[in-house]
Amino acid sequence: MSRPMVRILVDRFFGALIAVSVMLAAVPVLVLLLFVVIKGLPGLLTPGFFTDPPFPQGVPGGGVFNAIIGTLVIVGIGSLLAVPIGSLIGIFLSEYGRNQLGDAVRFISDVLTGLPSIAFGIFGYTVVVLTTHHFSAISASIALAVLMLPVILRATESALVLVPQSLREAGLALGAPRWRVTLEIVVPAALGGIVTGGLLAMARAAGETAPLLFTAFGNDIVQTNPFQPMGALALTVFRNALVPYTNLQDQAWAAALLLVMLVATTNILARVYVRRIQR
Amino acid sequence: MSQGTAGRVAPKLVATSRQRPLISGDRLFRAIAYGAAALIMLIAAVFIVALFIPALPAITKFGLGFFVSRTWDPVRVQFGALPAIYGTLVTSAIALLIAFPVGMGAALFLAEDARLRLLRGPLSFAIELLAGIPSVVIGLWAFFILTPLMRDNVDPFLKQTLGFLPFFQGSASGYGFLTAGVVLAIMVLPIMIALSRDVIRAVPLALREASLALGATDAETIWSVVLPYARVGITGAVLLSLGRALGETIAVTMVIGNRPEISASLFSTGYTLPSVIANEFTEAVGNVYLGALFYLGLVLVVITIVVNVLARLLVWRFTGSEPTAA
Repeated sequence: MSRPMVRILVDRFFGALIAVSVMLAAVPVLVLLLFVVIKGLPGLLTPGFFTDPPFPQGVPGGGVFNAIIGTLVIVGIGSLLAVPIGSLIGIFLSEYGRNQLGDAVRFISDVLTGLPSIAFGIFGYTVVVLTTHHFSAISASIALAVLMLPVILRATESALVLVPQSLREAGLALGAPRWRVTLEIVVPAALGGIVTGGLLAMARAAGETAPLLFTAFGNDIVQTNPFQPMGALALTVFRNALVPYTNLQDQAWAAALLLVMLVATTNILARVYVRRIQR
Repeated sequence: MSQGTAGRVAPKLVATSRQRPLISGDRLFRAIAYGAAALIMLIAAVFIVALFIPALPAITKFGLGFFVSRTWDPVRVQFGALPAIYGTLVTSAIALLIAFPVGMGAALFLAEDARLRLLRGPLSFAIELLAGIPSVVIGLWAFFILTPLMRDNVDPFLKQTLGFLPFFQGSASGYGFLTAGVVLAIMVLPIMIALSRDVIRAVPLALREASLALGATDAETIWSVVLPYARVGITGAVLLSLGRALGETIAVTMVIGNRPEISASLFSTGYTLPSVIANEFTEAVGNVYLGALFYLGLVLVVITIVVNVLARLLVWRFTGSEPTAA
C-alpha cells in the first residue's frame, strides 16, 4: 500500500473512533432515561402514590406524600436562604470585588463547588444536628443552602459583569446613587442570568441524597415542621431500592422518575426564562 | 418620626434628605455587600471546624496510623482507612480509564468534527441532561440493571479473555470495584466532555489551518497539533473529573458491595471513603465509631480540595478563564 493511502486510512479510522466514542457517551443517557420511564411510570400512575404516606414494609400500597412534602420544604427553605445571600455575594463580586477580598471569595466558592456533596451533610450535621441534638429538615436546608451558594453567586456575578458599563454610567450621570443604580438598573438588566442560576441550584439541591443522610434523616410520617426529621424523594429512592419488597422497589423507580421530571422541568424553565429575557 | 412634629421641621428634613440618605444609602449597601462576602468567609471557616469536630475522637485515638491500618472492625472499635482509600483510588482510576478516551473522542467530535453538524445540538443537550440526573437515580439504575448485566455478561467475558491477569480473577457477584468504576465513568463523562471541548475550542484556528495547509490529514492535525497544544488544559479537565469521581457517594454505595476488602481482583466487593460514611452512619454507635466515619470524611475533603485546586490552576492557565462547567 502506498504511503498516502495509509495516511488516508488512518485518518478514516480516527474519524470512526471519534464517532464510536460519541455513541458510547450518548448511549448511557438514553438507556438510563428509558429504564427510569419504563419502570417508573406504572408506580407513578398507581392510585395513592402522590397522596398516601408510606405503609409499613410488607404491606402493599402506600405512596410518597411524605417525601414530596419533604423535598419541597427542604429545598424551599434552602433556596430562601441561598438565593438572597448568593446573589448579594454575586453583586459584591461584580460591583466591589475587583480586589483581593473578591479573589478570596471566588477561591472559596470554587473550593466549595468541588467539595463532595457528602461534606455538606457533615457540615449540616455538626453545625445544626449536634447543637440541637436531633435531626431536622432545617439542618438539611442549611447544608443544601451552602451547596447552592457557589452556583448562585457565580451565575449572578457573570450575569452582572455582562451588563454594559455605559448603563451604570448613565444612571450615575442622572444623579442616582450607586446602590440605586445597582439595584434598579444593573440587577434588572441581569435578572435572566440570576434567575437561571437560582433555578439550576434548586435543581441540583433537589436531587442530592448524601447531604440528607445526616441531616433530614428521613421520616415515614408526613411532617411539615422543619425542626423535625423529614423524608425526601432522594432518600425514598435510596432506601427503598435496598429493601426486598417489590412494591417499595416500584416506589423507588416511580420516585426516581418524579425526581428526574422535577429536575428536568426546573432546567427547562431556566432555559425558557433566559430565552424570554434575551428577546 | 411621629406625624405631629413632621410639619414643623419639614424644611430642614427636605434639605437633609437630599444629602444624607444618598451617602448613607451607598454606605449601607456597600456594607451589606461586604457583609455577604464576609459571610461566605465565615461559612468556610466554620466548615473547616465542622469537619474536624466530629472526627476528633478518632483522630486522637488512631492518629496517623489510621492511614495505614487495614482493620475496619466496629465490634472491637478498631478502624483504619486503608481499605476505603484503596477502593476510592481503584474505582476512580477505572472511571478515568474508561471516561478519558470516550470523553476525548466526544469532545473532539463536538469541537472539531465537521461531519454531522446537525447532531451537535442534540448531543450537547444529552450530555447536559446526563449531568443533571441525580446520582441516586443513576445508582438505582446501576443497582437493578447494570449489576446483573455485569455479573452475567461483562465479568464472565473479561474472565475468559483476560483471566490470566490478577485483576480479572475470582468470583463475580456483579457488585464491586469494576461496576462502581463503570458507574463513575458514566457520571464523570459530562464534565470531562464539556471541559475538554472548551479547551480544544480554545486552540487557535491558525495552528490548525497551518497544519492542514502543510498537507496533514484531519487525524494528523488533531494528533500532532491540537492535542499537544491543549495538553495542559486537558490535564486540568481530567483532574476535575477525578475530583468528581473521588467524592461521589450514593451511586457508588449502591453498587460497590460495601465490604472493607483490599483485593487485586476488580470483581471483588470493596468500599470507598464516602460510601463507608453513607452506609454505616445510621448504625454507628459510640463516639469513636462515628468519629472514624468523620475522619474518613476529612481525608476525603482534603484529597478533593488538593485535586480541585490543582485542576483549576491548570484549566485557568490554559484557557485564561474559569472552567465553565462546574
